[in-house]
Amino acid sequence: MDLLHGCPTGDSRGQATVFASVEQYLPLVKKLADDGYNMCSDLTAVDYLTHPGRALPEGVEAKRFELVVNLLSLDDRKRLRVRVQLEDGQSAPSLFDLYPGTEAMEREVFDMYGIAFTNHPDLTRILMPEDWDGHPLRKDYELGQIPVQFKQVNS
Amino acid sequence: MSLVQQTNEGGQELGARSELTAKELLREVGSVLRMSEAEAAALALDEIDPTTDQTMIINMGPQHPSTHGVLRLMLELQGETVLRCKPIIGYLHTGMEKTAEQLSYMQGGTNVTRMDYLSPLNNELVFSLAVEKLLGIEGDIPERAVWMRMLLSELNRMSSHLLFMATNGMDLGAVSMMIYGWREREQVLRFFQKVTGLRMNHNFIRPGGVAADLTPGWRDDVLSILEEVEPRLDEYDVLMTGQPIWRERLQGVGVITQQEAIALSATGPTLRCTGLPWDLRRDQPYLRYDELDFDVIVGSYGDAFDRYAIRLNEIRESIRIVRQILERMPSGDYRIQDKKVTPPPRARIDESMEALIHHFKIFTEGFKVPEGEVYVAIESPRGEIGCYIVSDGTSTPYRMHMRAPSFVNIQCLPHMMRGGLVADAVAVISSVDPVLGEVDR
Amino acid sequence: MGLLQDVLDEGFSGIQHNFITAKLEDLVRWSRARSSWPASFGLACCAIEMMATGAAHYDISRFGMEVFRASPRQADIMIVAGRVSQKMAPVLRQVYDQMMEPKWVISMGVCASSGGMFNNYAIVQGVDQVVPVDVYAPGCPPTPETLIHAIETLHGLIETGELLKRRSASGSGANVHVEAAPVPAQPVPVMLGTR
Ligand code: SF4
Repeated sequence: MDLLHGCPTGDSRGQATVFASVEQYLPLVKKLADDGYNMCSDLTAVDYLTHPGRALPEGVEAKRFELVVNLLSLDDRKRLRVRVQLEDGQSAPSLFDLYPGTEAMEREVFDMYGIAFTNHPDLTRILMPEDWDGHPLRKDYELGQIPVQFKQVNS
Repeated sequence: MSLVQQTNEGGQELGARSELTAKELLREVGSVLRMSEAEAAALALDEIDPTTDQTMIINMGPQHPSTHGVLRLMLELQGETVLRCKPIIGYLHTGMEKTAEQLSYMQGGTNVTRMDYLSPLNNELVFSLAVEKLLGIEGDIPERAVWMRMLLSELNRMSSHLLFMATNGMDLGAVSMMIYGWREREQVLRFFQKVTGLRMNHNFIRPGGVAADLTPGWRDDVLSILEEVEPRLDEYDVLMTGQPIWRERLQGVGVITQQEAIALSATGPTLRCTGLPWDLRRDQPYLRYDELDFDVIVGSYGDAFDRYAIRLNEIRESIRIVRQILERMPSGDYRIQDKKVTPPPRARIDESMEALIHHFKIFTEGFKVPEGEVYVAIESPRGEIGCYIVSDGTSTPYRMHMRAPSFVNIQCLPHMMRGGLVADAVAVISSVDPVLGEVDR
Repeated sequence: MGLLQDVLDEGFSGIQHNFITAKLEDLVRWSRARSSWPASFGLACCAIEMMATGAAHYDISRFGMEVFRASPRQADIMIVAGRVSQKMAPVLRQVYDQMMEPKWVISMGVCASSGGMFNNYAIVQGVDQVVPVDVYAPGCPPTPETLIHAIETLHGLIETGELLKRRSASGSGANVHVEAAPVPAQPVPVMLGTR
């Protein structure tokens, strides 16, 4: 198995991936940024609560959440996906200082999954109302129809 | 009674600037505006005296006159000058990524097409490409389907940019431009309606190919669109491009540098206006774009005028591409003949019980997709639209995420507006061309 | 009535005297229906079709509605075009409350009418839970023709509806009741602007 900066790599349908633990995450992305991955095109997360037995390279322990970061090198025209395993309640370091464009994406992940990012400048809900209960994209969050939420206003 | 109605959006406000300590201000200014370290440090030196701090926080939206849906901006103004700006989104949050986990891969198209409703076919395309990659059939799609997809997505790019011309004109007060833009777009929509059955939200490009073949006489229809739109673009030039008022309103407004655009992950015209020729159609070709001859349009100043000019000329490039597609459109099947993903033809259903069951199964259960995860990105009119799908081996996606270009591009707004006039705010929003359906999903 | 019929049949050349007689009520209704300005309340995909209706080809100004007002104070009709999220619902209600009486609401598209295909945590399942709706336009998105049909229907409602009474606090929409006078068996005759 190949290692990239000490992290196991994988291949998903011909797309390069690299697996990192939370501790390796920030140093790894820093090194990748130095390697020429100058744009972070996407950052999202997956909740593997109901699908724990996914294929991972050996040495990578499956945890409930996975942070998925798609990096892009504009000069070499290639992409790399970083997958970070996270326990429920565990927080990840923010990539804001490396890629300021991840600000909104990390807020979205926080809003939808409740994954906190340390050192994020403004970690608040972005899509849902501020006083919303729960994190909608978690697998244990019901999809269902819910009662209307607006407050009584005097007409 | 207090005039301010209590809403449930409480905490998403800008804190009062005068109440912040210098350190907090540095952090907040850094986060909201992302100025350089040196600039932020210089700001932190100024002690803020609450009695002389004359700034004013103004709320713009979510229901506001600019034609870009339910975007809300908090603007901090010093007189007429914008100091800080914070986009607040989520007013159109539809829970599409959650809904996608309920819909089978067959039905998924109806969901994604409603995200970026100005270029629905591009959304369907990226979703289909991702599903096909998971299925491992991306190499087996019939040539006609591939070229049809290109034809439709280029026409869609035209209609989307034409709509930008219209709304951009309207936002800046060129109301007649709005009428013209819609007039031309209507031609393209009419063709879409003929081919796909709907004006918008087509669900036409599906995993495995497209839903139906082109209608008879499509070539003449497309040609007549091209012949009509092309000279009209020259009229737009006369009406706007060379016109001093138009230039005055746009040139030097909302400037962004290349470093900033890359750091903020901006794509599409927002990135290209800074002079970086990055277009996924050319740089990471999908479909058959590598066989076509077209130019990537770039700007040189990174201002709103460049973004306008890029879109105008991209319509011309799309016309050029469509002409090449017209010449090379192959004949043959319009969807893959793989029993797994393709429903049987209509005529067979009446004859054979097996075909009927097959048809029923495909549309109720859908098809199973092997485990795995992929990220596929294409160039939509607004930039890189990416689809990340995780499959757990069943017939519905385990997770479907869309990397929406508008969602990312909107982060450039604070930076473009800083130091500008509040009157230019609308021009700047308009020049980024965000689609709120895609921002909030 | 004869005079009016002349005008309707032949235009102003058909008029013999330079005055028209009509019931004040009908004149008011007629003018309300002919210049009902919509509030621009575009939300999602449907808003694009709403704007297309306003553009050259479908030309909503034929119905006196081309003036999309940004300020709710100047608007008479709110066309809720698109899906209403939980976060938007309070805003929508506030805009509605700011509109002056008389006011009407068209719910455009299945999302606004019933939540449509998005029956999930984020979308209000029908805008009628938030504001009273007069006309529902079906479709996803409704074509401009459908919207025009909805507008015509609403104009019909305005022309036959009551004039002065404010809506009851219960927020009933088109379901207007005349309390003072018994409801005539025949619909109120429309003297001006027969359609
Ligand atoms: S009804 Fe259809 S077109 Fe209208 S907002 Fe809903 S999804 Fe969009």
